[in-house]
Amino acid sequence: MTQSAKSFRNPITGRAIGEKAMLIVLAILIAVPALVVFLNSFKTQGQIIQSPLSLPTKPTLDGYRSARETNILRALRNSVLVVAFSVPFTVLFASMTAFAVARMNDWRSRVLFAFFSIGLAIPAQVIGVQQSALFIDLKLNNSFRGLILINIAATLPVSIFILTGFMRTLPKELFEAATIDGATHWRTYRSVALPLSMPSVAAVSIFLFVMHWNDLFYPYLLISDNAKATLPVAISSFRGEFSTNYPGLFAGLAIASAPMIAAYVFAQRWFVAGLTSGAVKG
Amino acid sequence: MSTTLAPAGPPSRKVNRNRGLTLFAVPALVVYGVFFLFPAFQTLYYSLFNWEGPGTSPAFVDIENYKTKLFDDTRFHESIGVTLRFMLLVVVFQTLISLAYSVRLVRNTKPTIFLRALYFFPTILSSTAVGFIWNFIYEPSGGLVTGILDKLGTDYRPAILASPKTALYFLAIVQVWFHVGQMMVIFVAGLQGIPKDYTEAASIDGASPWQTFRKVTWPLLGPATSIVIAYTTLQSFRAFDLVYVMTQGGPDNSTRVLGYHIISTAREASQYGEAAAESVLFMIIIALVTFAQRRGLRLLGADTSGNAA
Repeated sequence: MTQSAKSFRNPITGRAIGEKAMLIVLAILIAVPALVVFLNSFKTQGQIIQSPLSLPTKPTLDGYRSARETNILRALRNSVLVVAFSVPFTVLFASMTAFAVARMNDWRSRVLFAFFSIGLAIPAQVIGVQQSALFIDLKLNNSFRGLILINIAATLPVSIFILTGFMRTLPKELFEAATIDGATHWRTYRSVALPLSMPSVAAVSIFLFVMHWNDLFYPYLLISDNAKATLPVAISSFRGEFSTNYPGLFAGLAIASAPMIAAYVFAQRWFVAGLTSGAVKG
Repeated sequence: MSTTLAPAGPPSRKVNRNRGLTLFAVPALVVYGVFFLFPAFQTLYYSLFNWEGPGTSPAFVDIENYKTKLFDDTRFHESIGVTLRFMLLVVVFQTLISLAYSVRLVRNTKPTIFLRALYFFPTILSSTAVGFIWNFIYEPSGGLVTGILDKLGTDYRPAILASPKTALYFLAIVQVWFHVGQMMVIFVAGLQGIPKDYTEAASIDGASPWQTFRKVTWPLLGPATSIVIAYTTLQSFRAFDLVYVMTQGGPDNSTRVLGYHIISTAREASQYGEAAAESVLFMIIIALVTFAQRRGLRLLGADTSGNAA
């Protein structure tokens, strides 16, 4: 406290300047790449190659027009559809399980918890191949249903981990009181556990929203039909289509990232809390 | 009404109560069991088969796939090397940078809150978007690096992703750019949890800032550090998207991390059995690395037991 107060009073020390410079340099390194790409989405190919760093002098929407021709809007709709189902169902199933684990509090809940913890240790990249083969066998490949199911299955362990951690901190007396008042388990879950767990449910929802929205791995493995491509898959196919069309590529990136960036600007604290809640020790 | 209030035999009531509760876990158990755990067991099972994928019939080969992978498959060995190098690069730089910055961002002032949000920003982007952004930065003709070097009036052009010697380093830069802000937030939370009295007491006793950090802050920051390292490690092992978008494993397989290699063993070479064996070995590598890291951290004096952040 005293130290920081001192450096506040004499800001013109070498060390303070060094620290400020260090903070500013990283700010530039983080902001400039994203900003340049966004600004370049309003330029023509020639302008981008000639002066990649300049502001768009004559802004054009050509990039957005050519991005639209690649059906990026369809991919946007597909992504919305997948996330609209996979996030709520993951939260529902995970919170119900977390409620059971937190309420039982005996050997059964420990077995249950350990069972889901296995999933925390296994990354998708280890079982993805087998999952995709299984989904082909079950004819769930190339379907939104399949993608939604695999999203739920893959993110249940971490969601259950976070939600159980939270529900265990809720006072037991509340649940006991609800039971004595004659509430069923379902009622206790819906009217007591879930509302009280809102901070943690919100964090998990945002975490899942970002994970499912941005994921390339599972859509790449499961979806080969272009009509069902989600945004990351649609954009990754730009690699070939757009090898010489930067404005189209950048406009596509802007369209795909805009919903997430807008949400981040408005609910920044929730995003930070949500995305760090997923940081669980392997 | 009165029956629920009556003091029924506690043990039997508890059993009944828990039976109803077990039902709450059923939907999660089914989805996770069928679509996650079952394929995990299948991975173990099919690693003992020569199998060319769905629609073909697998032939039992015992541990032949493992023998091939462990003793003959140099490309797989290279891929392990690439994966571990990538992990080390990302873990070392991301942890050091995020720690160094978090120390400056502990206090909640307007500028620090803004900077934390800015540094965190890339985390919300998709790895596809990040890959393309950096493809443009690295692009030899008309990219950002070239543009800046042009402005500086130099003809020097670094190889970046074009050379097998440097590609992995430049890929690691992208990964660090992507997630360093996220790790900073975890460190900041850890630092904010350390009571000010401790560090103040140390400096009153005449400890230098470095001594205070080494002897007070660092040990107490242990739980946050271990979370950052474990999470960073896992993220680096999960790298598929960036490699797919940026380098496709090249040049000369220099960025062919296991997450990418296994998929192409199955998808491009149609060797699902071998891919399964590679997956099992990958899982063993992940477990060994995680174990070694925990040991290492304990040796460095960080208390890793807690569950902070």
